[in-house]
Amino acid sequence: MGAQLRVYRQKIRSAQTTKKITRAMELISASRIQKAQARVAAAAPYSRAVTRAVSAVATYTNISHVLTTEPLIVERAAIVIFASDRGLAGAFSSQVLREAEQLAELLRSEGKDVAYFLVGRKANAYFSFRRRTPERVWTGGTDAPVFETAREIGAAILESFLRDASEGGVDEIHIVYNRFVNMVSQVPQVVRVLPLEIVEGVAEPGANEVLPLYEFEPDADKVLDALLPVYIESRIYNAMLQSAASEHASRQRAMKSASDNADKLIREYTRLANNARQSEITQQISEIVGGADALSDAK
Amino acid sequence: MATAGLRVSVVSADKDVWSGEARMVVAKTVEGEIGILPGHEPMLAILASGNVRVTIADGSQITANAEGGFLSVENNNVSVVASAAEIVE
Repeated sequence: MGAQLRVYRQKIRSAQTTKKITRAMELISASRIQKAQARVAAAAPYSRAVTRAVSAVATYTNISHVLTTEPLIVERAAIVIFASDRGLAGAFSSQVLREAEQLAELLRSEGKDVAYFLVGRKANAYFSFRRRTPERVWTGGTDAPVFETAREIGAAILESFLRDASEGGVDEIHIVYNRFVNMVSQVPQVVRVLPLEIVEGVAEPGANEVLPLYEFEPDADKVLDALLPVYIESRIYNAMLQSAASEHASRQRAMKSASDNADKLIREYTRLANNARQSEITQQISEIVGGADALSDAK
Repeated sequence: MATAGLRVSVVSADKDVWSGEARMVVAKTVEGEIGILPGHEPMLAILASGNVRVTIADGSQITANAEGGFLSVENNNVSVVASAAEIVE
């Protein structure tokens, strides 16, 4: 009986240590999420300005640019997946990976080859476990993304977009990331970034309408050339920031329920341990009483 | 159209650097210097390396460094956008 009591006490201690860790992670995430949200908000004016500018060029001119025209045949499509570096964030990485798998399924059913670009160690682990080789991987810093990484990713996907499909390039680029809706809801989101579809901010002029006088310096083609990489970067940066905020929110929630669960376990095991202790005492008393009885009867 | 000034905002990738009312904006695009006064036609220009000078309402000047960015003018709204824009003291 004493052995059982010891086992319960050990379980209580182990639940307590786990709880310390999960509680700490919960508090860390809770404090970082504010910062991550502030960064999403701070980056909004930039992406708004870039989007407006690109929309203006695309809608107020008649030029067709390589980045905005739909290719006739899409042979290969790329998916950029934004997951996290570390786990213990609930369904954060798995839901974005599931969404990406569905998208890949859809693209394959349309007869397209799929290439993957991965961001975050968890996505990489998922792929290497399944022995699939991604095109490129970026790891580190998913919880606090910097603009340089966004620029690097933008340059890489743009470069492969401009290559021919026969030379390992892609004709279409999709990004999959967790969009931060609010503290309790983060939704995996699929966006096609290339070729661009721009509909925001500026009203589309009708087919026969005269385009408003918009001046481009040096000319619309060059402006678009310079703007599009910037636009892609800003979209990717935005996805990274959203993903980071979602990661913290998701981790905070996961760690909160883990702490609550640890609390419940501790309570349960404490009850069982008390029971075991009590029955041990009861047994000892009855043994003593029984022994004393036997001795007095023998006299 | 005939409102007093321009609404200028200088924006970098991670934050809103500066915004406010201004009388005039002078910037250097790839084709040369350009000055923007209220009522300017809508425009989109690529900035050459160099500074953007903003003359605010009281006549003093603010200089922003917006390397590799662009400038857009629309309805007296001027945005100077660059991945690493900053105010130069």
